[in-house]
Amino acid sequence: MRKPSIVSLVLAFIPFCGLCFSVPIWDRLNPHVLGLPFNMFWILAWVSATPVLMSIAFRIEKRR
Amino acid sequence: MSPGALALSIIFGIVFVGSCAGFLAAKKRQLNLEEWAVAGRGLGVILVWILMAGETFTAFSVLGISGWIYSKGGPTLYVLVYLTLGQILCFFIGPPLWEFGRRHGTQTMADFFGRRYGSTFLAGFVALAGVVFLVVYLQLQVTSLGIIVNVASFESVGRTPAMFVATVVVAAFVLVSGVRGIVWVSVLKDFLLVFVAFLVGTWIPYAHFGGIGAMFAAVEQAKPGHLTMPGATTNYGHSWFISTVLMNCLMFTWPHFFGGVFTAKSGEIVRKNTILMPLYMLPLALIIFAGCAAILVAPGLKNGDLALLTAVRKTFPPWILGVIGGAGALTAMVPAAVQILTASTLLAKNVYRPLFSPAMSEDDIGRVARVAVVVITAVALYLSVHSSTTLVGLLLLAYSGVGQFAPGIVLGLFSTRVTARGILCGLVTGLSVTGVLVFTHNDPVSGINAGLVGLLANIAVVVGVSLVFPLRPENSMASSAEQTGG
Repeated sequence: MRKPSIVSLVLAFIPFCGLCFSVPIWDRLNPHVLGLPFNMFWILAWVSATPVLMSIAFRIEKRR
Repeated sequence: MSPGALALSIIFGIVFVGSCAGFLAAKKRQLNLEEWAVAGRGLGVILVWILMAGETFTAFSVLGISGWIYSKGGPTLYVLVYLTLGQILCFFIGPPLWEFGRRHGTQTMADFFGRRYGSTFLAGFVALAGVVFLVVYLQLQVTSLGIIVNVASFESVGRTPAMFVATVVVAAFVLVSGVRGIVWVSVLKDFLLVFVAFLVGTWIPYAHFGGIGAMFAAVEQAKPGHLTMPGATTNYGHSWFISTVLMNCLMFTWPHFFGGVFTAKSGEIVRKNTILMPLYMLPLALIIFAGCAAILVAPGLKNGDLALLTAVRKTFPPWILGVIGGAGALTAMVPAAVQILTASTLLAKNVYRPLFSPAMSEDDIGRVARVAVVVITAVALYLSVHSSTTLVGLLLLAYSGVGQFAPGIVLGLFSTRVTARGILCGLVTGLSVTGVLVFTHNDPVSGINAGLVGLLANIAVVVGVSLVFPLRPENSMASSAEQTGG
């Protein structure tokens, strides 16, 4: 099978950094954002950003 | 009408409507194995999304995560994270897998292993292991069903009869309508689940605290440290979080993911689906909010899995409890149906046929699969009645096991040098290491998910064995097919 492009793999890796490896940095309560503890707000923000990143990766993969 | 009877009749009403949708879906279609197991490879983007969401967002989404945030706190956030990151991996695995399935006519995960590595034995081994993990996952759904009906009926219906009735209904519509029927039940389930999530996630905090922000403030004051990791636990800290997320995001290793991919009309549909899926985390977050509220609304419960429904019972009139219970019941029944279907196809096609009658036709396999439906349902029901593990504990166990299929899938799709022998040795190593750690109560092992430790051993063995015993030219048919086709 054809391997995916480097750019898509980098795009895909960004949420892994934001949501997984960086957990000691964002797993705290303050500052609260929109009434949510910081860790919950952080996760929801990244969850919303992930489809955007992956649609860019989708375009890149489609063009190849 | 007593509150319990009212709630119960609404639950049954919803389950009835859902089941009818399931039964009707199969009408006028010739139900051969291809249609039953993978809907004739004809589903478009919306139906694939609903099927995939249906099998990913299970009763565990409703009861398990609200139960965990209630009893364990912060570590629960791993669920939102692994489901999101898991979709990213499916983005890359899904389309090539679909392509392989179309070219080789594969219907199950074990078919994939059998064709790719040219080994019926490996396929059979994968099928058997897959069935075991599916039954664990199935047990989770059945247990949830029992809890939902029991709590929603104000304990007037026992858990065991509730589990019995619901699983019989599930098995019936799997038998009659196959995967297409499940998709249509899932449509109703998705609408209800999103509605329920918004209802409980906003109204429970509002009714008891005046808002979500005020609710969090109250919980943080009452239980300092509960909402960050390790929360109420001692060993579920950040290294556990990272390793568990990495292990569980290998969602593509579930046998029913393969079935889901093969139902799609094209690989692009599968990929689009993985882009949209993280949006489903938002209703899931609302259910976590409701679980947080339950910490103060329904304090002192021994079994956290009861937290959400108890808080709902203290907040809403019985008929809403019924709607929520009905949504919860469908949320258990849809994945249960997918899991029963997948496990029975694996058992009939990849275990029974090679062992007992290699000359079986597809129609014969279909008949054996239907017998397997009954057997698997009965086993899961028996285990649910006699098991006491909490929902999340069961799920973590199954994910640790199923993740061991990852090297065989990823390397199978993208590498030409990996061998059947390497994959089989790796799989046995990974499963043994994980099994020993889990059953000697060493999970997490010094803060790291036991499944991930098993997976690292697994990968090392796969690479080692594949390098020491490379493919001989006459044995490399499967891989050369890959090269020319890719």
